Amino acid sequence: MEVFDRDRLAMLVQPDRVHRSVYADPAIFDLEMERVFGRAWLILGHDSQLKSPGDYFTTRMGREPVIVTRDEKHEIHVLINRCAHRGTMVCAEGRGNTERFVCPYHGWSYDRTGALRTIPFGSGYQQETLKNLELKKVPRVASYRGFLFASLAPSGDSLEAFLGPAKASFDDFVDRAPGGELEVTGGVFKHAYNGNWKLMLENHLDGAHPAWVHASSVAVARNAPEPGKPGEEHYFDIAVRQMRQNGAPESVWENTGIWATPRGHGYMGDYHDDSRLVAGMGNPVFEEYRRKLAAATNEKEADRILRVTLWNTVLYPNCSFMSQFRQLRIIHPLAVDRSVVCTYSFRMPQAPQRLFRDTIAFSNVVNGTASWVLTDDLEVYERIQRGFASGAVEWAQIGRGFGRDVEEPGGVRGATGTSEVYIRAQMRAWLDYMTA
Amino acid sequence: MKIEEFLYHEAHLLDTQRLEEWLALFTEDATYWLPLERDQKDPIETSSIVYDDRTLLELRVKQARHPRAHARLPLARTVHQVSNVASREVENGEFEVHSTLVLVEFRSDKQRVWGALVNHRLRRTGEGYHIARKRVDLVNSEGELDGIAILF
Repeated sequence: MEVFDRDRLAMLVQPDRVHRSVYADPAIFDLEMERVFGRAWLILGHDSQLKSPGDYFTTRMGREPVIVTRDEKHEIHVLINRCAHRGTMVCAEGRGNTERFVCPYHGWSYDRTGALRTIPFGSGYQQETLKNLELKKVPRVASYRGFLFASLAPSGDSLEAFLGPAKASFDDFVDRAPGGELEVTGGVFKHAYNGNWKLMLENHLDGAHPAWVHASSVAVARNAPEPGKPGEEHYFDIAVRQMRQNGAPESVWENTGIWATPRGHGYMGDYHDDSRLVAGMGNPVFEEYRRKLAAATNEKEADRILRVTLWNTVLYPNCSFMSQFRQLRIIHPLAVDRSVVCTYSFRMPQAPQRLFRDTIAFSNVVNGTASWVLTDDLEVYERIQRGFASGAVEWAQIGRGFGRDVEEPGGVRGATGTSEVYIRAQMRAWLDYMTA
Repeated sequence: MKIEEFLYHEAHLLDTQRLEEWLALFTEDATYWLPLERDQKDPIETSSIVYDDRTLLELRVKQARHPRAHARLPLARTVHQVSNVASREVENGEFEVHSTLVLVEFRSDKQRVWGALVNHRLRRTGEGYHIARKRVDLVNSEGELDGIAILF
């Protein structure tokens, strides 16, 4: 069996190229589940998914199925979804509200904190063997401005240290909501592809791909009817605008800001402003929204908030989100060549309802499993995976802009918007996790 | 023309990739909807796998013909099996039609089978019908789905 020591792993991830096995070798994937997904803070969801005591939802942390619960004291717990008795998943996938999680196999039951409460036929056991049994707790749980995280590692950096400059993207997400109030609602897309989990995180900050991957949707959108003026929008406008934006000229992509942090997070700015996409500046609904934001803060603060233009933020290793459009995607690696992505939409309860309709229409275009845009991304991920399965060529290139990265407080900025600085940062973070 | 015959004709157009002729079956005010959630009430405040007005549906057909439509080149081969057709006239010349769809799709070494409950709103025009609304409820709409580049 191959040994992946520090030297071996460092050879696979070089400053400007990556070995194909990082995407294609099942042994490396196994090690990633232990060392990357087993160590990093992983985003699980949002406070609004657990409004009341007893509310719960299931998700995954790497390979581990977990239940996220809220108890009577409003504390949040993340529990491994596996009965201490015979290993059964105690909770079917989904969400709900419950006082007890009862195992379907022999009726062992657990409370919202994971404590074992009843064992049918329990007198058959030697009592001292039972006292440490529970739904195993994920050791660290924390939240940042309402977003829930957990780490399978008992020790390590705090969540705030892990997030670093990426906190600003969550701040943007929350600050844009009047009263700071956000709610996950409107359905969850779950799309899957036969490719490695890293392919999605790399793609989401890639300003050089839309002109090629999305060429067909750009072309049809260019020939579509013109979007309506403010206040006279059509249903199709958001789709058409977004698809056209993917066909922006080279200069737009090159001038887009791209930043990466030492933990592998990255974000893209200056790409859209509110006038281009949503019921934007000048639209009466947007003006009403702006007034509510200003009423909850002040005029100056409202202007500052609305001037932040962030496109995708990638939170390494399991999340990508659009603060401005209130979409958040969580990626779950299933196998070296199989991944599932869950996409959530957020409503701002104190903003005009129309803004949420735009979020939904936008979600359908960008994240819809049958959308013009996403389907071509998924096709390309699968073709990359097939290419990496070949051993005839060993390396993939990540050197665009290499040597020209600009050091900034908290991280680096790409020399131009199409710099592959974010992949280099992801790979450096990967190597840190894998060799820590 | 019987309503069953119209539905078979629609399926045949899709299975022979006559997408422009299929598009022409829809009225100008038509909607084509694949809900994301079971029993989904509205397409406005919950996401949908597809929710197209006539303009967007046309873009979908045009994309399928583009030389760099990576997920659609070549188009998947399909068989649309329509059955259990039940219809009733709801107002003058308009019909609510329920049917079931079993669809086999093959592309790029992947074969998939889809099952769906389908609801058409048909408008009688001359000898035939036009589609004023089409709703396709996939039985696995809430599941983990690979990209969908076919029409139902």
